[in-house]
Amino acid sequence: MTAAQPLLDVRGLQKFFPITKGFLQRVTGQVRAVDGVDFTVAEGETLGLVGESGCGKTTASRCILRAIDPTGGQILYRTRNGATVDLATLGPAELRPLRAEIQMIFQDPFGSLNPRMTLLDNVGEPLLVNGVRNRRDRADQVAELLRLVGLRPEFMHRFPHAFSGGQRQRIGIARALATNPRLVVADEPVSALDVSVQAQVLNLLLELQTRLKLTFLFVAHDLSVVRHISDRIAVMYVGQLVELAPTEALFDRPRHPYTAALMRAVPVADPRVRTIDGVLGGEVPSPAAPPSGCYFHPRCRHAEARCRQEAPALREIAPGHFARCHLAEQMPAADPSQAVAAIS
Amino acid sequence: MSQSAAAPLLSVRNLRVSFALDDGVVRAVDGTSFDVMPGQVLGIVGESGCGKSVTMKAILQLIDRPGRITHGEILFRREGSEVIDLARLPPRGPALREIRGGEIALIPQEPMASFSPVHTVGDQIVEAILLHAHRWHADGRRISRREAREITIGLFRDVGISMPEQRIDAYSWQLSGGLRQRAMIAMALSCRPRLLIADEPTTAIDVTTQAQVLALLHDLKDRYNTAIIFITHDLGVIAQMASYVVVMYLGRVMEQGPVDDIFHAPRHPYTQALLRSMPGLHGRTRVPLPVITGALPHPFNRPLGCPFHPRCPDVMAQCSAATPSLEPVGVEQLASCFLHSDKVDAS
Repeated sequence: MTAAQPLLDVRGLQKFFPITKGFLQRVTGQVRAVDGVDFTVAEGETLGLVGESGCGKTTASRCILRAIDPTGGQILYRTRNGATVDLATLGPAELRPLRAEIQMIFQDPFGSLNPRMTLLDNVGEPLLVNGVRNRRDRADQVAELLRLVGLRPEFMHRFPHAFSGGQRQRIGIARALATNPRLVVADEPVSALDVSVQAQVLNLLLELQTRLKLTFLFVAHDLSVVRHISDRIAVMYVGQLVELAPTEALFDRPRHPYTAALMRAVPVADPRVRTIDGVLGGEVPSPAAPPSGCYFHPRCRHAEARCRQEAPALREIAPGHFARCHLAEQMPAADPSQAVAAIS
Repeated sequence: MSQSAAAPLLSVRNLRVSFALDDGVVRAVDGTSFDVMPGQVLGIVGESGCGKSVTMKAILQLIDRPGRITHGEILFRREGSEVIDLARLPPRGPALREIRGGEIALIPQEPMASFSPVHTVGDQIVEAILLHAHRWHADGRRISRREAREITIGLFRDVGISMPEQRIDAYSWQLSGGLRQRAMIAMALSCRPRLLIADEPTTAIDVTTQAQVLALLHDLKDRYNTAIIFITHDLGVIAQMASYVVVMYLGRVMEQGPVDDIFHAPRHPYTQALLRSMPGLHGRTRVPLPVITGALPHPFNRPLGCPFHPRCPDVMAQCSAATPSLEPVGVEQLASCFLHSDKVDAS
């Protein structure tokens, strides 16, 4: 296998939801939830997908899992045996063997486990579906999986209600790993957890990635969490990718004003650094009726006449650093005063 | 206490709240003490189950059965400097009804669940103003509905809601998350409170909207000189908002002090561990974060002695035998840890 060819190559992904009206459910408009998203994920890498609610990050990840069907675009995936398939067009029968390779970790550790099933059945169900019919074999594998995520194998006969949020998230991870996946889509896996538990789960994900050579698509809204775990980060705004860069480059010098605003909006855990002054005004526009030109121009402090009319394309500004902004070259480096204050 | 130069607006003394359930008693708040000064922003930080929300509900006497305040005092200085113990007032009595929503207001976590969906947000705020009319007219004059509506429009403008004349007739579900939280803040301010309790007011909203709401609260505090108790699990929000911080764990205060000391010179092992375990916007990525080992104990199995001792990196023999009391460790900083003082909390 060559390193050059990515594991996942998403090209022009689109997902529109119809707006219907009246008795006949006439389609009167489209919500362009995901509107032409391109990115690749290399094998063994973590790509962070960030954005605020409604930006389309969850919709995009669900399209990749084919939990919903995309409206357009290609989702090229390199399978275990080396063939490249387009997940966007495969039928249910062809998708079935691939589902074991692509798994998901959910946000809500309380809603995503069946409360009437023991851990053995919750974690073992993907094994059953994939042909491990013998209950004793399943129990052996579940014990192994529970050990892998730092839980005691004896727990397998208990029900989910006996576990805390952090433990349930470990159970969810064990279930995602049951089929020996290559690509794991994690949708806000730590946002429901407390700070101390969040650190434990992030460490577990990093450790599992190294040990099992996993590839992560990590969807989250918390920039400091995404920064900690990702090799590269993609930022979405109103259904579009506005910036994509290696983590360090993105934080050193964000090339899109929205990325910079998002960074400034994070409350820094240091009372000597004031971050709540000069906040981004306005609200996220509706993806059903986005503004003209650049979708960000009504909230952008750098906006020019051109930004109101011409929609910018996603361009490569520096090697591997893409931004959808007419003025990307002129964007300043991240505020150095903050960095200095945080180090001192 | 060293802050005694000014008289506190609210003083919580050794508060205990327990819930008698079928399977045992949960001591949700177990001997919590802190003061709120006039015009101060007090931050209360802690992870789930630390008792921060129950403490706030106790202040407003909103604890539902089987929960009960079993011990302690909640001393509130009323307008005209009469001090009353809120813990002794009947929860449904007229005195508390006047204070609740009047002198002490609450900004809840979930504005969606807190507004009624069948009344316009304007009507709900007008109703609150009519109920607490004396806070607008000291002479006891009644307030007319039209006057209350004018006040509400003014409040909407103050909290940065554009087109207030139209938005006042909107239902809560017609507003975006940020606008809904602004309307909630307007409602909390509608009776000119002297103490505002904000219980995770920005947890349910996006980061850029959160920054807007935090900036707004900062601005309003200066303009109205309202004291704020700000409850959150987010250390970043605490660092940006609070001037004085209380760190809670399993119903007890572990440490309290000026915000700068808490973040730059924390003395309690729990505070230190909590700060270390947080990923930041600087520092190395993709390396293991320092964690607090173990998990929160089950509420029925509280550890004996210091509640943090089973997870503490600096644990000593005496930690499991007795509970340390909250003692001064700096000018205005206090910690309950045997590393700094041998004093035992005997109560």
